[in-house]
Amino acid sequence: MNFVAWKMLLHDRAKYLGLVFAIAFSTFLLENQTSIFAGILKRTASQILDVTDAEVWVMEPSSQYFDDTKPMRDTALLRVRGVPGVRWAVRLYKGLPVARTSTGHFAQSIVTGLDDATLVGAPRRMVLGSWERLREPDSVIVDRAGYFLLFPGEPLALGGRLEMNDHIGIIVGISEASAPFVSFPVLHARYSVAVNFQGQGRNQLSYVVVRSADGIALSELCARITAQTGLRARKTDEFAWDCIQYYLRNTGLPVNFGITIAIALVVGTVVAGQTFYLFTVEHLRQFGTLKALGVSNPRLVAMVLLQAFTVGLIGFGLGTGMAALFFEVSHLKIVTRGITLIWQTVALTGSCMLLVILLASYLSVRRVLVLDPAVIFRS
Amino acid sequence: MNTPAVRCQNLQKHFGEGDTRIEVLRGVDFTAMAGQLTFLLGPSGCGKTTFLSVIADLLECSGGVVKLFGRDIRSVPAAERVRFRRANLGFVFQQCNLLPSLTATENAAVPLLAAGARRRDAFDRARELLTRLGLGDRLDTLPSRLSGGQQQRVATARALIHQPRLILCDEPTAALDHRAGEAVMELLAAAGLAPDRAVIVVTHDTRLLHFAHSIAKMDDGRIVEVATRDPVSNQPGPALS
Ligand SMILES: Nc1ncnc2c1ncn2[C@@H]1O[C@H](COP(=O)(O)OP(=O)(O)O)[C@@H](O)[C@H]1O
Ligand SMILES: [Mg+2]
Repeated sequence: MNFVAWKMLLHDRAKYLGLVFAIAFSTFLLENQTSIFAGILKRTASQILDVTDAEVWVMEPSSQYFDDTKPMRDTALLRVRGVPGVRWAVRLYKGLPVARTSTGHFAQSIVTGLDDATLVGAPRRMVLGSWERLREPDSVIVDRAGYFLLFPGEPLALGGRLEMNDHIGIIVGISEASAPFVSFPVLHARYSVAVNFQGQGRNQLSYVVVRSADGIALSELCARITAQTGLRARKTDEFAWDCIQYYLRNTGLPVNFGITIAIALVVGTVVAGQTFYLFTVEHLRQFGTLKALGVSNPRLVAMVLLQAFTVGLIGFGLGTGMAALFFEVSHLKIVTRGITLIWQTVALTGSCMLLVILLASYLSVRRVLVLDPAVIFRS
Repeated sequence: MNTPAVRCQNLQKHFGEGDTRIEVLRGVDFTAMAGQLTFLLGPSGCGKTTFLSVIADLLECSGGVVKLFGRDIRSVPAAERVRFRRANLGFVFQQCNLLPSLTATENAAVPLLAAGARRRDAFDRARELLTRLGLGDRLDTLPSRLSGGQQQRVATARALIHQPRLILCDEPTAALDHRAGEAVMELLAAAGLAPDRAVIVVTHDTRLLHFAHSIAKMDDGRIVEVATRDPVSNQPGPALS
């Protein structure tokens, strides 16, 4: 009887397409909103995750998240290096100076100062120039999006000058840094250069970035560092989560997105579920005829489920395709760069749609099961 | 030869309870013999459709006994009742109740498919039967493209295809003109009857009575009159009085 189920489904093209599009649209809306939400949250940890060599971040105990750094004494670096299990430890400066261009444009910027000797944390993806050129005097690297903010309308080029706190930085490279949460330019420079871009030079140490020796668990190392130095030590992924959770707790982000996602969920559920339920109700007379002709209840249930899963799968596939296409285009745009369709949201949306379909089928099937086949004798 | 296909005794059926309670069947005694075409007449609302539904086991009766071919189907377990209905009953409804998404062939094949027949075999049988019923050039047509008479012939084919022992028809010719009605009745009489098979037809159309071997008149939920053809000259002939 499967082919009867399919023929019933496809017979009314308009209703069939309506069903498929209801599910596709809800899928798209859900995947789109949850992915953007996840992408924006991840941006709060961009600068942490971009330092791919770091395993442990050490900071002032009162620092809660990346953008809230309290300076440590310069001696902290040596104290961390003295902890057994540390293979190497380097300093990292984070500042928020205002950068000006000779043409009069200015923008608050995120500056990362890298260890002069090793340049640990230098941007890996370069659009122009190379990160090794940071060794040149007064050199800075600016990210592509930041370049367009500082030099609007100008083509990407090296050699431009930025002035910060009466100090000059010469652009020697343009990077593709991960997008930060706020749309500030992302600058990289040597530590000794960067500290001068904002205020005085001493005791500006923001973070000590650590790599562990072989054979020591990172959590063990963090505990040791804290015990020995009194500083806060976090594994890289823990620190990234700290940032994400800080923003979740302290901003309107979850509420705003929560509302959109809830609306998408409710509208999607109601529209998709209702459309399918009505589809079955409209076909009750046909189900009744089949029932009278001796089609058993389990067979009728199988038919309804087959119809539900057919439209569900096609709709979900279409919606996911639409979402993928959306991000395929949007991730090329500067403001939405790095925000992609992630499998977690696809899985989440898939589970939601499965639930909707199961619920709608359950309600529809109940109507079919309690259906009195005698009604078909009535006109 | 003279075994009853359907035998009902003191059949009762009511709908609703209390103030809204309606007694529809008030003790129906009825017999339809195998090998015969039995007509059921009666004014609108007297309970004919309800009665057919009870015989078909599509509706539970409130009291009394129904025996199909000597067997009280209410004593049979539910799952087997579905199988029994599938194997032994065929229906022709006033509204053809064809599935609009299926072609004539597919519609006619539904009872075989429901019984688990292979699709190829079922379609072959359906095509053969429809061709015999004069629909050879309409095999792959959807019901919406068929005339009322053609639709009812497809529905008749659906009732006949699995060669059920009992065919129940509720005003099968009501929506047809006289000639199309005659054609459907001829089909039922020719292909639906055998010494061990029976057809029961509810109708208002007295012009068709010459097909009947036996006529039962129903009024107000009871059988009020039965007329039978002479069993010796058991031929289609002029209407019974
Ligand atoms: N499901 C039902 N609920 C309540 N009343 C019903 C139901 N089915 C039939 N009836 C009533 O039973 C009576 C007989 O109906 P029916 O069997 O359709 O008569 P007929 O087929 O002879 O015209 C009518 O009065 C009708 O309103
Ligand atoms: Mg009726």
